[in-house]
Amino acid sequence: MGRGVGVSTTSVLGGVVKRREDPALIRGTGLYVDDLQLPGMLHVAFVRSPYAHARVVSVDASDAEAMDGVRAVYTASDVAHLGDLVTQVAVGKLRPLLAGDKVNHLGEAVAMVAADTRYGARDAADAVDVEYDPLDPVIDLKEAASDAALVHEDMESNVLLAWEGGPWGDEEAIAATQQSIADAKARDDTVSVSIEAVNQRLLPMPMEPRSVVADWNVGYGRFTVHSSTQIAHALAGGIAQTFGLSLTDVRCIAPEVGGGFGCKLNVYNDEILVCFASQQLGRPVKFTETRRDAAGSTIHGRGWVATATITGTGDGQILGYELDGIADMGAYSQNFTVAIPFLGLFVGAGQYTFPTHWKVACVHTHTMTTDAYRGAGRPEAAYYLERAIDAYAREIGVDPAEVRRMNFIPADKFPGAATHIGFPMDTGDYETNLDALLETAGYEDLKAERDQLRAEGRLVGLGLATYVEVCGFGPSALVDLGFSWAAYKIPSGFSGSGLVRVQADGTASVIIGTGPTGQGHQTTWAQIVSNQLGIPVENIRVSHGDTAESPLGIGTFGSRSAAVDGSATYEAANKVRAKAADLAAHLLEASADDIVFADGGAHVAGSPDQQVSWSDIATLAYQPHRLPEGMEGGLEAHAVFSPGNATWPFGSHLALVEVDGDTGDVKLLRYIAMDDCGNVINPMIVDGQIHGGLAQGIGQAMFEDGDYEADGNLLKWSFVEYPLPTSADLPSFELHRTVTPTDINPLGVKGIGEAGTIGSAQTVVNAVVDALSPLGVTHVDMPLRPKRVWAAIQAAKTNGSVS
Amino acid sequence: MHVSLTVNGQRAVTDVEPRTLLVHLLREELGLTGTHVGCDTSYCGACTVILDGKTVKSCTMLAVQAQGAEVTTIEGLAANGDLHPVQEGFWERHGLQCGFCTPGMIMSAVGLLSENGSPSEDEIRHGLEGNLCRCTGYHNIVRAVEYAAAKMRGEEPPAPEWEEASA
Repeated sequence: MGRGVGVSTTSVLGGVVKRREDPALIRGTGLYVDDLQLPGMLHVAFVRSPYAHARVVSVDASDAEAMDGVRAVYTASDVAHLGDLVTQVAVGKLRPLLAGDKVNHLGEAVAMVAADTRYGARDAADAVDVEYDPLDPVIDLKEAASDAALVHEDMESNVLLAWEGGPWGDEEAIAATQQSIADAKARDDTVSVSIEAVNQRLLPMPMEPRSVVADWNVGYGRFTVHSSTQIAHALAGGIAQTFGLSLTDVRCIAPEVGGGFGCKLNVYNDEILVCFASQQLGRPVKFTETRRDAAGSTIHGRGWVATATITGTGDGQILGYELDGIADMGAYSQNFTVAIPFLGLFVGAGQYTFPTHWKVACVHTHTMTTDAYRGAGRPEAAYYLERAIDAYAREIGVDPAEVRRMNFIPADKFPGAATHIGFPMDTGDYETNLDALLETAGYEDLKAERDQLRAEGRLVGLGLATYVEVCGFGPSALVDLGFSWAAYKIPSGFSGSGLVRVQADGTASVIIGTGPTGQGHQTTWAQIVSNQLGIPVENIRVSHGDTAESPLGIGTFGSRSAAVDGSATYEAANKVRAKAADLAAHLLEASADDIVFADGGAHVAGSPDQQVSWSDIATLAYQPHRLPEGMEGGLEAHAVFSPGNATWPFGSHLALVEVDGDTGDVKLLRYIAMDDCGNVINPMIVDGQIHGGLAQGIGQAMFEDGDYEADGNLLKWSFVEYPLPTSADLPSFELHRTVTPTDINPLGVKGIGEAGTIGSAQTVVNAVVDALSPLGVTHVDMPLRPKRVWAAIQAAKTNGSVS
Repeated sequence: MHVSLTVNGQRAVTDVEPRTLLVHLLREELGLTGTHVGCDTSYCGACTVILDGKTVKSCTMLAVQAQGAEVTTIEGLAANGDLHPVQEGFWERHGLQCGFCTPGMIMSAVGLLSENGSPSEDEIRHGLEGNLCRCTGYHNIVRAVEYAAAKMRGEEPPAPEWEEASA
């Protein structure tokens, strides 16, 4: 493996195994939350605000309550005793479970209706009469940051905090960095190039709408909650916290989850409210969002405006990078909200050496909450940095690949390299990765092809971008920086766990604390355990997502599951292996040190003909009276992995585009990626993660736009107005990799869920700007839909700024 | 209202509200939850089924409009338990991740291949344009359909893109 050129091929596993989860999913027998029908189950629908900002004058539910099959209508006063929505990073205004005397964004829930049927609940919600007194909303980010009008009248400022670095938190060092950049600007052999750009708001839109079914059993005093969540343990803790219960009183189950991309990495008010309704009504209660609900009340991502400035010499030596931005938090903070730009700060200076001053202010507006959407802060950071570097390279007339290469952190700085904020990085070899991309893609030939087509009058462009990301969260000690999960009764969310149990028949059950939303955990984890024990993958079943049985693990996000929970499972498997060696040694009357695991069992080294099977070993384990004295029965182990750092994958991407000068239509002709996520467990699954990540980054670059209108309206209620990329919009991707294993975990894996997204939007925009550069266009904001690109072409022609 | 139809070869007779969508009849009355609902506007295609030989989005039809029709859902696609070549292709070529769009995507691909047994990549991409997937970037969905098309023509499918065929 390792399709890169001249690269390491270190691998612990590295084999393609067809996915264990697929047979159910391709037969339609996978269970998603909305598939669940419980006896007596009620359905919930919400009454939502049609205004971005308004006083709620009155709520009249009498017509709704009189309708057949309506069991209850709840408003803010009914749930006031439960407090605001439990929130992990509780900075800013927290979300009320239901809006009281004011609504602060379009789609905010004002009332909840419970009825016998799905359709009946919807009808009744429409019959609730809410009188509003509309107020002016604060939508524009600069206006919000100016505090000209307050989003929440009881707060002193719309600005919650600003993330500034680096080094982070060291004011003297920050001042010194700023001074060094100012000095560089003052030199007469330097140029400064700035880009002001919007990194527009996006709607995550997994194909499965969020869904939750809560069932309170008054006899057991226990909630059973099925939810399409990425964080079942946190949800259980959040419900327990809200209702004053213990963790054992709440069982959360995340069955098949149909995509998440971060938006299911939240505890939502609807999840708490259906629990409340179930407790009140003594019936199971289901809420499944419509796509319209999802647009207005499931978290959004991105939403930044910023100015990025590169200062450097005429030959490509960059002497300073500055980012000055504002990030939209929406009206209320939820799980991670204000922490998202912090993740961007980590990689604010990318994989480069130059002094960097990075400052992003987090502001409230009258819009839906933003939070983690694939990449979460890192795509925004990479976008500004790589757009600015590209603009600088164009300004000084040096090849953009060369400018990047000149400013990379050299490979010989590892170990010991650190980011601009002083955070240590694990491993990296950026130049090798970039060179592998250029060689594999035939960069010089592509440039010649572009120039040839350009000479024929065609608007063809080549875009390059590189990235480093921080993921695999970890480190466990993030808790000490304030990123605790205590709001959900979880002391640390940044470690992982796994439990491996060899059953009495020699098959293995693996129960993990994290759960997938499509990443193939059932296969990857089976490979990890099979690799350590020699039990065939088909004899290993991986379970996840049920807090009653799974060890504590926080979830799949931040490209962390394999690196953290996978490593824990690896260690649990090793514990089982050690005990199994003792058992096999007892059966074979040998020393455990001489036991070799192979061919679905164990033998003494040098005597493969005397093999005991895993069934033999397990049978002994579960007949404790046969065991030697002092040995316990059973054959299972649990391990917790505490990562000492995050991981730092990186890569280089190249796009070839053609713009239709008459219509502004952008055609993505080729997309070539060279990613480095460390060791690869299953290349098929890793490639699939990159494909999907690319589609979401390209989606931002070319199609998706979740920005609100100036009046606070969001005209993005469906896939008609919010176009996801379709199969006809995308090319087949050309993927390659270099392999630089991490030293943070025993598997050497870094994580790959977000890399494609983090690397791609700026690659496409750089390509389109390159295509339009003969016209003098230096920047076009995303998404690059035909109308916007056409307007940029017209403006350039009108200005006559042909270079 | 009374509605009678054949679903996956079985006669189904039930009473529904006139406004009941076909997808809700399938999912909530007949318990065939493999057909999914991914949007409110008949755009995403997760609910695609085959009705009288044609692919339809079952959220865009009233149940009563299916009176007398023959409907095949994802649960009815594997004849005698054997996977349909399109299902096999999705498994062999990693054409799915979260699996939510997959039943509709598979049904649309079955419809596409019934009309064109040798589609080009471009024809596959345009043929599946009415089905949204947020996980795969469509790359391996195209490979899955290419696999299925070859199998259905009795040919050897194109080799996978990864190096090791199995571990």
